[in-house]
Amino acid sequence: MDWTALTLSLELAAWTVAILLPVSVLAGRGLALARFRGRGAVEALVMLPLVLPPTVFGFYLLLVFGRNSPVGALWQATFGHQLVFSFEGLVVASVIFNLPFAIQPAQRGFEAIPADLREAAATCGMSPLRSLWKVELPLAWPGLVTAMVLTFAHTLGEFGIVLMVGGSIPGETKTIAIAIYDRVQAFDMGAAGTMAAALVAISFSAIAVTFVLSARVGRRLA
Amino acid sequence: MNPRRLFLALAAAASLNLAQPAAAQEPPVIAAASDLQFALEEIAAAFTAESGQVVTLSFGSTGNFARQIREGAPFQMFLAADESFVFDLARDGFTRDEGQLYAEGRIVIQVPEGSALAADGTLESLRLALGEGRITRFAIANPEHAPYGKRAEEALRHAGLWEPIQPFLVLGENVSQAAQFALSGNAEGGIIAYSLALAPQLESQGSYALIPAEWHQPLLQRMVLLKDAGPVAEAFYAYMSAPGARAIMDRYGFTLPQG
Repeated sequence: MDWTALTLSLELAAWTVAILLPVSVLAGRGLALARFRGRGAVEALVMLPLVLPPTVFGFYLLLVFGRNSPVGALWQATFGHQLVFSFEGLVVASVIFNLPFAIQPAQRGFEAIPADLREAAATCGMSPLRSLWKVELPLAWPGLVTAMVLTFAHTLGEFGIVLMVGGSIPGETKTIAIAIYDRVQAFDMGAAGTMAAALVAISFSAIAVTFVLSARVGRRLA
Repeated sequence: MNPRRLFLALAAAASLNLAQPAAAQEPPVIAAASDLQFALEEIAAAFTAESGQVVTLSFGSTGNFARQIREGAPFQMFLAADESFVFDLARDGFTRDEGQLYAEGRIVIQVPEGSALAADGTLESLRLALGEGRITRFAIANPEHAPYGKRAEEALRHAGLWEPIQPFLVLGENVSQAAQFALSGNAEGGIIAYSLALAPQLESQGSYALIPAEWHQPLLQRMVLLKDAGPVAEAFYAYMSAPGARAIMDRYGFTLPQG
């Protein structure tokens, strides 16, 4: 078992979730409520990573974040090291790649709230923020939890992008999925098997948690 | 805390934590060609035992590492399987100097137990099996960016088998993956690095035979310190020429430069 790789993957997943939670609340709610020209295009853009091969995504990340690009150069000048082949680079890649997993379920959660409930809150003099906090979030949270669990589990399993922009550096970019690949190449099937089983267990528990939570919410609302 | 403030706080925390540079005392990361997978692990262990210093090893194909170094990957030392990659990096200013030759590699044909092929260095058994349609898959490393794959291609070309074997080739991303493919039981065999065939993890799983060195360009393996190499990487670089390291390289079938 490569504990460094597992810890790194968990950290990466935690960062991705931490950054995407507020994004999913704002973007999910915005897409659920707003009616504007080009909304379909925005939704399509958010969903794009779902169908895009990770290698395509990795290729463009290399172009956009590489040291010869403006973004890469700016990062280098600000933080004194490269964005590509660093943990931060993986966080950025992971945040973008998980947008559909984070925003889509959140959007469904907000869409499920009846419009008159929100109007009633407004009539009672609640500010939009207070309405969000007191009325909408308590109702939309199963969608948000699903979004975050999917994001977390998906980050643990991401392989193609990490391989392309990560460089398999232990403790920096060598995630658990890469470590499994590495161990297989080193003819260490035992270690690969242990880590693969650990990933199955973590992923299964994550999905089970969402099911239990949403079932409980369903009962409460019924 | 309202959601917007929470978001800002999280973002601030993220940038603070992420902005911290890697600690200076972290072990240097060394990029090494995959034919060194087992030999270099032993050498690194011996280096740590003798000096108390630790290096972190990352294995992959020489061509991929060369590309990653150009993209700014934070390696401090690079052990290539083919010296041309080191010369190119040196010419473009990514390395300290042109480095030094540390070994010459050989290729072998490796077949798993129960294969339709015999381990035959002249590739006659492969030729026969190809003619009789007894080959389903044959593994080599990707010749596009893996030196051992390139040499395997040259050897197959020399034997006149490159064209007929095309439909059956499976390409490993590096020579270690090619070896894994060759021995997985899903292929009749493959052409891999001698150093991998000699590793205890592989020796029990099949048999191998050396392919004549004259059939391909020599695998001149060169190592080099990269621009931001620190003292530990320097010590490891020097250790590669020490008797302890040379004995291990010799045991893994590498031909060593005069030292």
